Amino acid sequence: MSPKTLYDKIWDAHVAHEAEDGTCLLYIDRHLVHEVTSPQAFEGLRMSGRKVHAPDKTIAVPDHNVPTTAGRDDPSQMTEDSRIQVEALDKNAKEFGVHYYPVSDIRQGIVHIVGPEQGWTLPGMTVVCGDSHTATHGAFGALAHGIGTSEVEHVLATQTLIQKKSKNMKVEITGQLRPGVTAKDITLSVIGHTGTGGGTGYVIEYCGEAIRALSMEGRMTVCNMAIEGGARAGLIAPDETTYEYVKGRPHAPKGAQWEAALNWWKTLYSDDDAHWDMVITIKGEDIAPVVTWGTSPEDVLPITEVVPAPESFKGGKVEAARRSIEYMGLTAGQKLSDIEIDTVFIGSCTNGRIEDLRAAAAILKGKKVKDGMRAMVVPGSGLVRAQAEEEGLADIFKEAGFEWRLAGCSMCLAMNPDQLAEGERCASTSNRNFEGRQGYKGRTHLVSPAMAAAAAITGKLTDVREMM
Amino acid sequence: MEKFDKLTGIAAPMPLVNIDTDMIIPKVFLKTIKRSGLGVNLFDEMRYDRQGNEIEDFVLNKPAYREAKIIVAGDNFGCGSSREHAPWALADFGIRCVISTSFADIFYNNCFKNGILPIVLPQEDVDKLMDDAERGANAVVTVDLEAQEITGPDGGKVTFDLDPFKKHCLLNGLDDIGLTMEKAASIESFEAKASQERPWV
Repeated sequence: MSPKTLYDKIWDAHVAHEAEDGTCLLYIDRHLVHEVTSPQAFEGLRMSGRKVHAPDKTIAVPDHNVPTTAGRDDPSQMTEDSRIQVEALDKNAKEFGVHYYPVSDIRQGIVHIVGPEQGWTLPGMTVVCGDSHTATHGAFGALAHGIGTSEVEHVLATQTLIQKKSKNMKVEITGQLRPGVTAKDITLSVIGHTGTGGGTGYVIEYCGEAIRALSMEGRMTVCNMAIEGGARAGLIAPDETTYEYVKGRPHAPKGAQWEAALNWWKTLYSDDDAHWDMVITIKGEDIAPVVTWGTSPEDVLPITEVVPAPESFKGGKVEAARRSIEYMGLTAGQKLSDIEIDTVFIGSCTNGRIEDLRAAAAILKGKKVKDGMRAMVVPGSGLVRAQAEEEGLADIFKEAGFEWRLAGCSMCLAMNPDQLAEGERCASTSNRNFEGRQGYKGRTHLVSPAMAAAAAITGKLTDVREMM
Repeated sequence: MEKFDKLTGIAAPMPLVNIDTDMIIPKVFLKTIKRSGLGVNLFDEMRYDRQGNEIEDFVLNKPAYREAKIIVAGDNFGCGSSREHAPWALADFGIRCVISTSFADIFYNNCFKNGILPIVLPQEDVDKLMDDAERGANAVVTVDLEAQEITGPDGGKVTFDLDPFKKHCLLNGLDDIGLTMEKAASIESFEAKASQERPWV
């Protein structure tokens, strides 16, 4: 048998039909659904008299629009259009009989945090969702990617996707990370290396000693931003860390099925002599705590650097960099650690898990947020929130001056009331620094949770290593 | 879905690289449960000021490009989120074809579900078409899907590659779900086999 990559193996195990031209019907094991990209898909089913093919493999949760403030069960907290979307999901979940975690359920949260937490996401699966950050689930060695609403409807109706296979890219992070460097710094540094279009047409497998050393939370952070590098999906081969995380979760296999599953999962790795279409190797010790300076995730530099000159780029990037620097209100040559901020956001499917909150709280313990700063923590799920309260992290955040919110996507994309005002500048643990992403004319600097905590204390982008 | 065979129209130049889906349709317009009516908000934050007045400099506000059917764009067009609202907004405005050196994967796939043809060309061809698109009312370009050929205002021709299956669906306006349902037997036999091999799924 010819050697295969992990992606090849998962792909081959899910091809339900292959046409002569290589177009495949890929079977989908888990379909995650949220309120923003699904109403038109359910409506499409209704119009054509179709049913959901596999409701037991379909999991819905509202996350993008939901308020994160107390008393949010009161629909008047939402704008009318947000409320209509959430109510549409309620109605569709009931009508079509899919698994559902409503806002009132403690298990509600960001769809990409709820899936793994509840054991829906397992190694070797195919997972899709009408959301680009579905790449997150690749941390389990699951082939996971975002789809559009027409494809959501297609998966609802047939439990398959029409796909052609992507190419294989290996991203190896060798050695160990230095103190103060996290999974977020790895994934941003890789994007800095490849550019936001560098992964287009590929599925990335992250490997190497520094990746192996990461917890599942860290691995999810790395894979989450594979899409920001343009890749269809990011993958990390499952290992003991993965099995340990999955075991005992509500929807994970049990007893004899666990043993059978484990036997298969242990075959899910890239063979030594597998073919790679592209290989990138980065030394773990070369990665520094990073921040973004522009309006694309590829605009990333170590915190010790300065805002670059647009002329230092090539081609169309020169104009894009000029536009970014103007939008961000910065000057070429300005030290990144001199950039003053007024808002800190800790949360999102990138960095809203328990380990992220622990990392931020470790920096904040016994310290105060700088006067005048608006700082908020939005846990990724109700269960992450409860655990953080139990561990005393919530008290650390509150005593430091952070708002302690309820779970949702919140200011990552600002579809709910949590938004930046015009000109406000945020150190954010989210995944996109696009123009207007966190609010009209808002300015976003992407950072790790520890870096966000450090910035909250000093009021400017700060090298967290100075606080350790 | 609307068929796509031959399209002739004004091509608008948007040379900026990495035009993301938040630029194409900002999130405030995602709070809809319909697919229609998004054209008025296409490129909203680039196209209007905070008071809702048109920004004169923006290409689609210029008299020559208000009826544009084609966009010639910088590299990595459509990066960012999976929102199909981006192609919905483009189609609703009247854009049926986008030409660039590369597209983000999800956006690219979403286009075909909505009768929009995304065309990938080498840099030199995009540069030439970008020059053509700068000609305002004279930037008339014809895209022939059957022949996989673009004709510029001077009559110069450029050919492009396309996946045969995607071409077939777009030419005939085919509904993917209907096509897949014809393969229901394959899906059922896959499910039977998979439930034996991986019963925990």
